[in-house]
Formats: sequence, structure tokens, C-alpha cells
Amino acid sequence: MSPPRFFQLISYSVASATDSSVIRLSDLRLDDARALLEHDPSSELPSPEASPAVYMQTILDGLCELSLRDPLTGLSNRRHFNHLLNREIESVARSGESVLLLIMDIDHFKKVNDTYGHHAGDLVLQAVSKCLEACVRPMDTVSRFGGEEFAAILPNCPSSFGPVVAERIREAVAALAITVSPSETIQVTISIGGAYAPEWVRSTIKLWTERADEQLYRAKSAGRNRVFIEEQRGVAVSADEKGMLFGHHLFGDPAAEGVAGDAAGSAVADSEMNRAN
Amino acid sequence: MSEVSNPPQDAVVEPTLALKSRSKVIAVTSGKGGVGKTFVSANLASALAKRGLRVLVLDADLGLANLDVVLNLYPKITLHDVFTGKSKLEDAIYKAPGGFSVLLAGSGMVEYSRLAPEVRDDFLRIMESLVPNYDIVLLDTGAGISDVVLFAVSMASEVLLVATPEPTALTDAYATIKVLGAQQKRQRIRIVINQVARTGDGTAITTQLQQVLDRFVNKDSEHPLKLIHMGDIPSDPAVRQAIMKRQLLAQSDPGCPAALSITQLASKVESAVIKHGA
Repeated sequence: MSPPRFFQLISYSVASATDSSVIRLSDLRLDDARALLEHDPSSELPSPEASPAVYMQTILDGLCELSLRDPLTGLSNRRHFNHLLNREIESVARSGESVLLLIMDIDHFKKVNDTYGHHAGDLVLQAVSKCLEACVRPMDTVSRFGGEEFAAILPNCPSSFGPVVAERIREAVAALAITVSPSETIQVTISIGGAYAPEWVRSTIKLWTERADEQLYRAKSAGRNRVFIEEQRGVAVSADEKGMLFGHHLFGDPAAEGVAGDAAGSAVADSEMNRAN
Repeated sequence: MSEVSNPPQDAVVEPTLALKSRSKVIAVTSGKGGVGKTFVSANLASALAKRGLRVLVLDADLGLANLDVVLNLYPKITLHDVFTGKSKLEDAIYKAPGGFSVLLAGSGMVEYSRLAPEVRDDFLRIMESLVPNYDIVLLDTGAGISDVVLFAVSMASEVLLVATPEPTALTDAYATIKVLGAQQKRQRIRIVINQVARTGDGTAITTQLQQVLDRFVNKDSEHPLKLIHMGDIPSDPAVRQAIMKRQLLAQSDPGCPAALSITQLASKVESAVIKHGA
């Protein structure tokens, strides 16, 4: 199906260069794309009366949006998340900002599916997704990583905040009462593993997620419904270190500061000293 | 319920790569940009050349270094052309005004700032073939602790860290020292303090940095880090004039205090690195 269609599109645009500069929408065969958007309740459909440019733009925007979202939960999908992770990696390499990656997995999810059916499983995934999004800041991104696994990226998250946020998520999920049928309400728990991006160093998606995964594995092994976060690599200069670096005679002495502030004047004195040497 | 665990031992950046004759290679680096790292690299190279040494300065900031601006040298062939296979390595090496050789990265190298494994391999191969031709190779690295900088530093036996007495420069210098100690297990970092107001300031600053390191880093480390103060470069209006004229101090004002301090630095670098390393 698709190769001949691609060929038609190309041959049309070549022909159009000589025949006419206007592309007729009816020749572009956008029906499949339109149908895809029609099936997605949150997508905006282009009006048939829209100008060709607006029509195309709406279709393209809709497809881009679809390609970044997980259809069941509405969260970012893994493709979008990887893109965001890469962006954070680039930014951390330059800024040294503290960014936390959490990987979360619903405990014994298979049992939910086996006991209550797949529809109940879907409802659990949706309820947990909603809960995760409500637990983080608007600047954070929650993604469905696949199956019952979720991930969250938390930019500008100091090491003291990470465990607090993760613990809040764990408690909020455990407190959910999820109605899966008129007569049944179930509860689930979540295990969370976390790792910070190494500050000032350009990591890779693989290395970073592996470290968070390792912590998730530890949370699962330790009995589930737990949070494990890798200790942040200590590159940052602590307040104590800064205090010791600047607290002494070098900068504490007003006389020394006075001299340092008058660099041009002292350079003359220095030049004389150096020449004397 | 939350627990915080110890970090695993895996390092994100490989600590040290096997480069033969690494002993001749010095990485000139700094925590913060704008402290005169490239200025020191170029003028130190010229002072070392004057002592009769064959010196190469390599722009290891992959195109973000200002070595071309400092030297007023805009070569047609750069490391970029060597990487892409357009030119031979020997054609990319130019003679700088100070009597030393220089290999510039070229602006096209900016795209390599993501250090792909192929780029590392190419870089290492180039270093392997270059180093035997010189007595000393200076790597003018980027500022900070990006993976490009850490990689460049990993190819050097000695690190010469340039800082100024400014608090922000010192904090960043301290952070860099910590990373180099932790990730590359460095035990010795050489310090030059640029733009000092008084002679002796650099010694005091280095002592101060060492004391903080001893207290916070060395105390439970198997690889205690030692800082070696290599010299101070005084604040000197002649430096600004040289930079504006895009000349080396040896050309514009060879007798100025900054030039004299760089001559002293060169002698210390020669005896510490070459005679020590041989």
C-alpha cells in the first residue's frame, strides 16, 4: 500500500512544478491520517472548509501530538520521553543542574489483570497515571515507559527533595481506591527507583536509565512498595566547602580586598618587584 | 520507607585512556571560562619553545577555544578536515608566531561537542601519531567539566589548572579539581593563578584550596589529591594590550611582568614535566 502512495505523491509534486503550483488536498490522500485523528477523542479535526494550509497544519499537529502520547493514559510515550531526557542531558552537561529520573513500576500488576480482567488493568493504569501527574510539578514530565512501568523526569530537583517527592508518589498511589466495576474497588502499590543525572557530565539515556532501573530492582527485591534513590554523585561544592574556601584571610580581610580591587595600581608595584627580581 | 543507597562504582566517563607517551602531554584547563586559559596555553607554549623545546598546542575544546583569535591565525586546514578525511594531519599543523606548532580544531568541530565514540577513537589516533614528534604537547581544553574536557584531560599526564582569585573562578576551580580527583583518580594537579594583585597571592590561594580538599575530599580518599602551585601571573595592562593586538606577550612586550612570570612558569613546567617524566 504505502510505497505506491509515496510514489504518487512524489510524482504529483514533480508534475505540479510544471503544471500548477497549487496542490489539491484531494490528491494528497489524507483520509488515513484524518481517520486516525477521528478515533482519538482528544485530537482536533481540521474542518473540511479550512484553507489547505490550515487543514494540513491541523492534520500534522494532530499526528505529531498522537506520536508523542500514550493512547491509553494520555501520558508522554517513550519516544517523547527519550527526546526530553536527551534535552536534559544536554542541559545538565552545561549547567550542572540537579535532575532526577524516577522509574516506577506497579507492583503485582499481572495479578490485577489475571483476577479482574484486562479492562480493570487499563483502569488501574489510567488511575495511577492521573495520580502520578498530580504528584509532580507542571515542569516535570511523567511518561508511560511501557506495560505497567512509568518514568518521571524532574528538572531542578535538589538531592534533598528527590526522596520526598518519590515518597509522596508512593503514598499517593497506595492510597488510591480504584473502582474497576460497580461492585469492586481495588488498591495497588508502586515501587520506585531513582537516579540523578551526573552533574556537569554528559551522560547517555542508556547509562542514566540503567542506574534508575537498578534502584527500581532493589526496591522490588526489598519487598516492593518502596523507594530507592541512588545517592547523588558529589560534584557540587557544598556551603561548608565554600565557607572554608572563602571564610579565611583571603577574602575576609578588608585590607586584602582593597588591594584586590585596585588591580591596575598594584600591577605597577608588581612590575617593579618583578624587575627587581 | 525511603532509603538512600550508595552510588555504584561505574563511571560515566572512562577515567584514563591508554595513550602511549602520555607523559609529554599537559592539559591546560580551568573551572570557569574567561580566566585566561587559552592566553596561558599560547604564551606558555611560546616560552617553552624559546627554551629550545619542540612544542605543540592542540585546540582540544573542539572549536570553542579562542586559540585562533589569541594567535591571530586563521588556517585553511583544521582538525575538522583531518577528522572528515579531507586533509592529511601534517597539513593541519601550523607554525605559530611564538615558534611552536599549533593544531586548531576549526569551527566545524562544534558539532563534535557531543563526544561520540568514533570521535574519541579518531582523537586518540591523532594524538598517538602526533606526540612522538614533540617534546611537549599542550592541550587547550574547554572550561568546566563537560565530557569533552574530561576526555581531553584523560589523555594528559599532567593537568595545569588556570584560575583567578575571583571567588566564582575559585569555586569552579575547586569543583573541577574534585571531579578530576574522583573520576580520573588524579593525585596531582598543578595550579597557575592568573591576574593576581600581589605576588604570593597564588601560593596562599593554592594552600587554601588544598586545605579545603584535605578536609572534604582527601580525608577518606585512597588517592589524596595534591595541588602544586606552579606560579602566578600578575594583573598587567600589557596582557590586555597584547590580546587586543592579537599578539603573544613575547612579541608585544617581552619585558612586562606577566611575560616574566610566564617565562618562570615555563622553566618550572619544563623541569617538572619533562625532566621528571623522562
